[in-house]
Amino acid sequence: MIQVEGLTKRYARNVAVDHVSFSVEKGKIVGFLGPNGAGKTTTMRMLTCFMPPTEGTATIAGFDVVKQPLEVKKRIGYLPETPPVYPEMEVGEYLQFVARIKGIPEKEVLQRSQEAAARCSIKDVWSKLIGKLSKGYRQRVGLAQAIIHNPDVLILDEPTSGFDPKQIIETRDLIKSLAGDHTIVLSTHILQEVEAMCESLIIINKGKIAKSGTFEDLTRRNGAVLEISVPNGSPEASALTAPFASLSGVNAAHATLSDHGLWRIDVDTAAATDIRPQLAQIVMANGWNLHRLDSASLALHELFLSLTNPVVETTAPEAAPEETEQ
Amino acid sequence: MRNVITIARKELNTYFQSPIAYILIAAFAAMFGYFFWSLVYFFVRASMQAQMSGRSMPMNLNELVVRNLLGNCGVLCLFMIPMLSMRLFAEEKARGTIELLLTSPLKDWEILLGKWIGAVGMYASLLLFSSINLVFLFAYGKPDWKPLLIGYLGLLLQAAAMLALGMFISSVTQNQIVAAVMTFFLLLLLWVFEWMANMDQNRITEVLTYISLLRHNESFIKGVLDMKDTIYYLSVSFLGLFLTARSLESVRYRG
Repeated sequence: MIQVEGLTKRYARNVAVDHVSFSVEKGKIVGFLGPNGAGKTTTMRMLTCFMPPTEGTATIAGFDVVKQPLEVKKRIGYLPETPPVYPEMEVGEYLQFVARIKGIPEKEVLQRSQEAAARCSIKDVWSKLIGKLSKGYRQRVGLAQAIIHNPDVLILDEPTSGFDPKQIIETRDLIKSLAGDHTIVLSTHILQEVEAMCESLIIINKGKIAKSGTFEDLTRRNGAVLEISVPNGSPEASALTAPFASLSGVNAAHATLSDHGLWRIDVDTAAATDIRPQLAQIVMANGWNLHRLDSASLALHELFLSLTNPVVETTAPEAAPEETEQ
Repeated sequence: MRNVITIARKELNTYFQSPIAYILIAAFAAMFGYFFWSLVYFFVRASMQAQMSGRSMPMNLNELVVRNLLGNCGVLCLFMIPMLSMRLFAEEKARGTIELLLTSPLKDWEILLGKWIGAVGMYASLLLFSSINLVFLFAYGKPDWKPLLIGYLGLLLQAAAMLALGMFISSVTQNQIVAAVMTFFLLLLLWVFEWMANMDQNRITEVLTYISLLRHNESFIKGVLDMKDTIYYLSVSFLGLFLTARSLESVRYRG
């Protein structure tokens, strides 16, 4: 549905987006993740024909954003970072205005705007001035504006910013319910948001794609965590790790004794295959009790920080307090 | 065409949903009323003096009242137009609603034409309110209505040209005050150009006088529909619209 190839935006002094390429299939939700100023908004603005790319191409539903902008605009719904609402208009009046400029036939204008309002649960404020609404409501009016013409592609720039927790959950559910019919690209710097909504994500930093893939792909690390207890005696840590470390493909194994008398063993491997069955067999063969066996996965925030803040890694001791602040 | 109408309607509504329309209508009505009253007062006194001295001087209502009244309105434009045009694009840019317009399936010219028509419509409604005063002229006197209509048309054409220039200036900034001040000084400059003509007669003053916005209104105010002046106002409007289109394009590039 969305094909982006070498998309670049250069300003006089800096490069905002640098050769970004990705593609999104129909009906998927893709998260754009990156620190503030990474180039998320600029990329979205190029996808929505708000600004032309300096280089590269982007096609939406087969239409090029530079050559056929009108066709592209008919097929996208866009919610910018600040909802594009007119405070002096009433909600209903605003939605009908948007419906008209999106090219909805006059007969359907009222019905379609009411539908969009119902979907975003803003029917109760239909005849209120937008300027009098709370930020959460205003954001939902913005969302209703984006879906009013039932576009193939929805581009949402930080759709849940300024919401309270209840509204965040409602909006996430709404966005998830829109996927399938719509292809959704959303940007955020809130990590839980990506975990909650997106099937795949694109991590962008300093205008470049740092990493992209499905959520599982990005966070999976080959390796495992075991929790075991030894029925009799208190063994040495090295005695516990030795059988695991000698397994082929395993780089290292660490054992630590937890407060509850359980040994936690972290096994690191470079192998692409899942080694959990072998680990289980080792535990059984030694007569230990197995309490937990998990594949180790990387928490998203660890991945995010390692990709967007490479400096922190190399100078870990000094930078550590900063990291916790974030 | 439907898009142009939608945008124009929205612009017109925006004026009337904010205090600006009412402030301008009230201010314009007060100024116009004052001009009207003072001119009629002068006219009545002059005609009474003519009667008392026994000489029957031909007193023309159109010449003495309407002409001066419309001339004053032309100058008032200088102050009113910046207040009407300042928000056209600057406000959309400051609020971020320009993103909605530029990412909707609209052509740039549809957006700016709609906005311009909306603003001209707003000015037309100001004129409409002012014309209430003129009812009294028709009630108590016999003014010629044709030159009056042409005079009003001239005011509308002049305002349309000024609004197009003001819209262009509004599209280069996102600060409404900056847009208003710049528009005011541009219009002032285009007005004072005609003063040159009184001082000297040469090529430069000829050109400057021709450029001057208000001078072209003189024939309309006299009740003469001059093709040359009509074309002047239309081409200035076109220039303003064209420059706005260019400026919108550069908004896209600069972001």
